[in-house]
Amino acid sequence: MFLYRSQIAACKFNNRFLKELLNLALLHPIKPKGIAMILQLAEETFLKANDLSMHDLESVLSSLLRHRLDYADLFFQRVYSESWLLEDHIIKSTNLSIEEGVGVRAVMQEKTGFAYSEDIHLSALRKAARAAKTIARRGGSAKTTPSVSMSAMPRLYEPLNPLMTLSEQEKVELLHRVDAAARAQDPRVTQVIANLSGMYEIVLVRASDGVYAADVRPLVRLNVSVVVEDKGAREKGYFGGGQRSGYEFFLQNHLVTDYAKAAVDEALINLSAVDAPAGLKPVVLGAGWPAVLLHEAVGHGLEGDFIRKKTSAFADKFGQRVASSVCTIVDDGTLSLRRGSLSIDDEGTPTQKTVLIENGILTGCMLDKQNAQLMKQASTGNGRRESYAHLPIPRMTNTYLLPGDYSAEEIIGSIQDGIYIENMAGGQVDITSGKFVFSTSKAYLIEHGKITAPIKDATLIGNGPEALMKISMVGNQLEFDAGVGICGKDGQSVPVGVGQPMIKIDEMTVGGTRS
Amino acid sequence: MKELVQLERSIKKALAAAKKFGATSADVASAIEDGFNVIVREGEVETLEYHRGRSLGITVYFGQRLASATTTDIQPEKIEAIVRSVCERAKFTEEDPCAGLAEPELMARELPDLDLYHPWEITPEMAVQEAIACEKRAKQCDQRIVNSEGVSVTSVRQFSVYGNTHGFIGAVPSTLHSISCSLIAEQKGQMERDYSYAVARDSAGLIGGFDYIADQAAERTIQRLGSRKLSTQKVPVLFASEVARGLWYHLLSAISGEQLYRHSTFLLDHLEKPIFPSFVQVYEDPYLPKGLGSAAFDHEGVATRKQHFIEGGVLRHYLLNSYTARKLGMQTTANAGGAHNLFVSHQGVDLRDLIKKMGKGLLVTELIGQGVKLVTGDYSRGAVGFWVEDGEIQFPVSEITIAGNLKDMFAHIVAIGKDRDPYDAIQTGSVLIEEMMIAGM
Repeated sequence: MFLYRSQIAACKFNNRFLKELLNLALLHPIKPKGIAMILQLAEETFLKANDLSMHDLESVLSSLLRHRLDYADLFFQRVYSESWLLEDHIIKSTNLSIEEGVGVRAVMQEKTGFAYSEDIHLSALRKAARAAKTIARRGGSAKTTPSVSMSAMPRLYEPLNPLMTLSEQEKVELLHRVDAAARAQDPRVTQVIANLSGMYEIVLVRASDGVYAADVRPLVRLNVSVVVEDKGAREKGYFGGGQRSGYEFFLQNHLVTDYAKAAVDEALINLSAVDAPAGLKPVVLGAGWPAVLLHEAVGHGLEGDFIRKKTSAFADKFGQRVASSVCTIVDDGTLSLRRGSLSIDDEGTPTQKTVLIENGILTGCMLDKQNAQLMKQASTGNGRRESYAHLPIPRMTNTYLLPGDYSAEEIIGSIQDGIYIENMAGGQVDITSGKFVFSTSKAYLIEHGKITAPIKDATLIGNGPEALMKISMVGNQLEFDAGVGICGKDGQSVPVGVGQPMIKIDEMTVGGTRS
Repeated sequence: MKELVQLERSIKKALAAAKKFGATSADVASAIEDGFNVIVREGEVETLEYHRGRSLGITVYFGQRLASATTTDIQPEKIEAIVRSVCERAKFTEEDPCAGLAEPELMARELPDLDLYHPWEITPEMAVQEAIACEKRAKQCDQRIVNSEGVSVTSVRQFSVYGNTHGFIGAVPSTLHSISCSLIAEQKGQMERDYSYAVARDSAGLIGGFDYIADQAAERTIQRLGSRKLSTQKVPVLFASEVARGLWYHLLSAISGEQLYRHSTFLLDHLEKPIFPSFVQVYEDPYLPKGLGSAAFDHEGVATRKQHFIEGGVLRHYLLNSYTARKLGMQTTANAGGAHNLFVSHQGVDLRDLIKKMGKGLLVTELIGQGVKLVTGDYSRGAVGFWVEDGEIQFPVSEITIAGNLKDMFAHIVAIGKDRDPYDAIQTGSVLIEEMMIAGM
C-alpha cells in the first residue's frame, strides 16, 4: 500500500486558495431532477447505445442469483481522459484515452467471482455473468430487489466534462504560461516540464440489493516539474494541484505562478541542502500533503478488508487508545470538489464522513458492502475500484486530522534539535507489522526553536500504532493537499486526498546519512 | 492464432486511417489479454477473476508534430473515429525536431520465435485445489503461522502486435503464469508478513511449484518474528538478490535517455567512464528462449541486440529509444520500452559466502518507500532484514532505514553472488556494498 504524487507533482495549498475553494463549494444537494439527469446520461451512454434495457440488467442479475449468492452487481464505466505535455518550451505531445467496459461481480460470504467485458451488449454481459457465478453452486434462492434510485445526492461537484471546459488552444496557452512563470522565477531553472490532464468519468451501478445509481465525475490536474543547475550541481522540484471540476480552476488568480514558484523553490532549496541526520529525532510535519503520514500510519490499516481478515496491526484495537488524545482522524468523501471525494462510491453507496480515531481512541474503519456484511455493519461508502476491470475494495477518500490548539511558532519553538518537513514525495506501509515510511522532498533542521538549514531528501520510518501516540502538538490551521495524490493497493490506483494541520511527533527515525 | 489476425487487421485499419486523415507517419500497438486469477485464503476461494481485456494505442505524426490516443474499443469503425480525433489534436502540438518513428533501416527483419507462448493446462477449479493444498502445507510448517493473506494463481495469455507506416508489423503471442503465497505469523502479539512467488512463461518453469513456495513463504515469515531495531551506525550492507535487482533497476533509470536529456540523472556525462569496480559486467540478452524480458524488437520495431551496458565496470551504452537518441545526438540502442533480460555478472559465491565475507553488517531482504532521487543519486529507504555478526545471521531487524548515494554505492560494490532469483527479467545475485548509514534507535 502506498501513496505518491501523481507523475510529477504535489502539494500544499495556500490558505488563500482553501478559502476560495470553500466559497466555490456547492453545498446544495442535487435535487431529484438533477439525479434523474445524471441517470439519464448514464443510461444513454451504456444502455441505449448498446440496445440494453433495465429488464436486461435485471435478467442478468437474476441469472446470477440462480446460484447460491448473497449479492451481485453490474458496474458500467466510461472514462475519457486526456493529457498535454510541455517540455523544452514546446507542446510536445497530447494523449487522448477512451476506456469503456462493464464489470460483473458475484458475492457469497467471503467469496467473490468476477468477470468483465469491454463489449457492453447483452450476450457479453451474460457471458461475464456465467463466468462470475462459477464461484458458487447452483440453487440460489436470493432475489434481485427492484431498483430504487436515490432521491437525493450531495452535490460535491458538477456533472461536467472537463475536457470541454477549455479549447485546445487555451489548454496549450495555459501550459506555456506555466513554462514562462517557472523560468521567470530564477535564471538557474534549466528544464521545465508541465503536464495538464483531465478526466471525465461516467458510471452506472445496478446491484441485486436494489441499488440503481449513476455518477458523473470530473477530475483535473496540473503539474510542473523543474530542474535547476548551479555550478555543476543539479536538483529537481515539483508542484501540482487539481480537483473535481473543469480546467477553469487553473485560470483563477495567480495559481499558475504559485505552482511554478512552489516547484522552483523546492528545487532551489534542495541545491543548498546539507546531509540529513540519521537516528531518532523530534519531527514536525507541515500542514497539508505531509498528512501522507496519516494515510500510511493508520489509514490503510483501518481499511475494512484488513480489519475483517485480522491482517492489520489495528484489527484488535477498537475502543483502545492508538493515538495521543490530541488526535481525531476522519475519512470524508463528502468534501466539495476534492480529488478524493465521491457522491457515491463504486458500489452506489453515498460517501460519508467516518470518524476513525476520536481523541486518540480507535472508533471506526472504512467499509465496502462485502466486508460490511461480513462484519454485520453498514458500508461507509468506501467501496472503490480503479475501473470496471477491477474489483471494488475498501479504500480511503479524503483522510485528515482535525485541528488543535497550537500556532506554528509554538510548535517549532518547542524543539531544540529536530527536523521540519514542509513537503513529501510519498509513503508506503506494511499493514501487518504496522511499519510505515514516508520520504521528504523539502525539509529543514530545527535548531534551538528555529527552522535553519535545508536538508537532503530522507526516508522516515515508524510503527503505525506507536507513531500516533507520539503526536504531542497539533496546529490550529487545517490544510488539505493541493489535489494530486494517487493511492495504490492490490495493484489498483485511485485518486485520494489527505489533510492535516502542522503536527509535532516527539520521536521518529530519520533516515539521513549524518550521524 | 485468431487473436493475432484480429489485431493485425485493427492495426492496418488504424494506420490506413492515419494516412487518410493526413498523417505523414504513424505507429500502433494493440494487445488482447485473456486469463484468470484465483486467490484462496483460509482454505476457501476468496476471489476468482476472469480477465479478457484489450487495448489499442496509436501515435500519429504530422511532420515533426505528434499526438497519441489509446482506446479499449478496437472495432474497425470505432478506430477510424478515434484516429480522426487524434489527427485533429495533432494540430495543437508543436514542431519537435527529434520527433518521429525510428529509422526504417533499423526495423527488425527477422523475427525469431523466442518460445514465449505456453498455455497452462490448468482450469480455475484445478488452480483452486492446488492453492488450497499450498496454503495448507504452508500453515502446517509452524504453529506460529496464524493467518494468511492467501495463495494466488494467475495464468494469462497475451497477444500483442506492433506496426508502423514503415511497413513493419510484428506479432508476439506470449503467456505468463505465476503463483504466490503470503503468510502472517505471530509471536508475543507482534505480527509479521512475508511471501514467496514464482513466475514463468511456461508452467514447467515454476520450479518446485506450489510446495516450494509454501515452504519458502513459511520459512521467510517465521524468520521475521522477534525483529528488533538497530542502533544508528555505518556498516556493510548486503542486498539479497530479491532486493538487489532494485539497484540495477536504478542503474537502468539513471542511464535512460529520458533522464539524460532532461539532466535529471547523477550519471549525466558518464559514458565510457568507470562507475563500478572492474569486475562488474551488466548486459542484456533479448533472445533468451522463454525469457521474461525476451523480445526480438523493441516498442518501435527496432531489432534488439545483445549488448553490454557495463563492461569492466565502465558505462558502455546508454538506454535509448529513437527519440532520446536524437535528443542526445546518438543512435537508438533498441531500448524503447526498457531493457530485455538484464544479466549481472557474479563471482561464483553464494549468499552464505557473502554473509561470511561481510562478517558484521546488515543483510537486507525487503525495502519500502520511494526514497531514491535520481538527479543526485541520494538513496534513503525503509529496510527489513537480518543483523549479521561473526559471519552468521544473528536476529531479524525492522523499522530501520539505510541511506547513501547510488554513485558511491555502485563504486563500492565488494562482491556479487551467483544466487540469482530466476523470477525476474533482471538476473542478479546478492550484492555486497562496503558501507551505508543505518538509522534506527
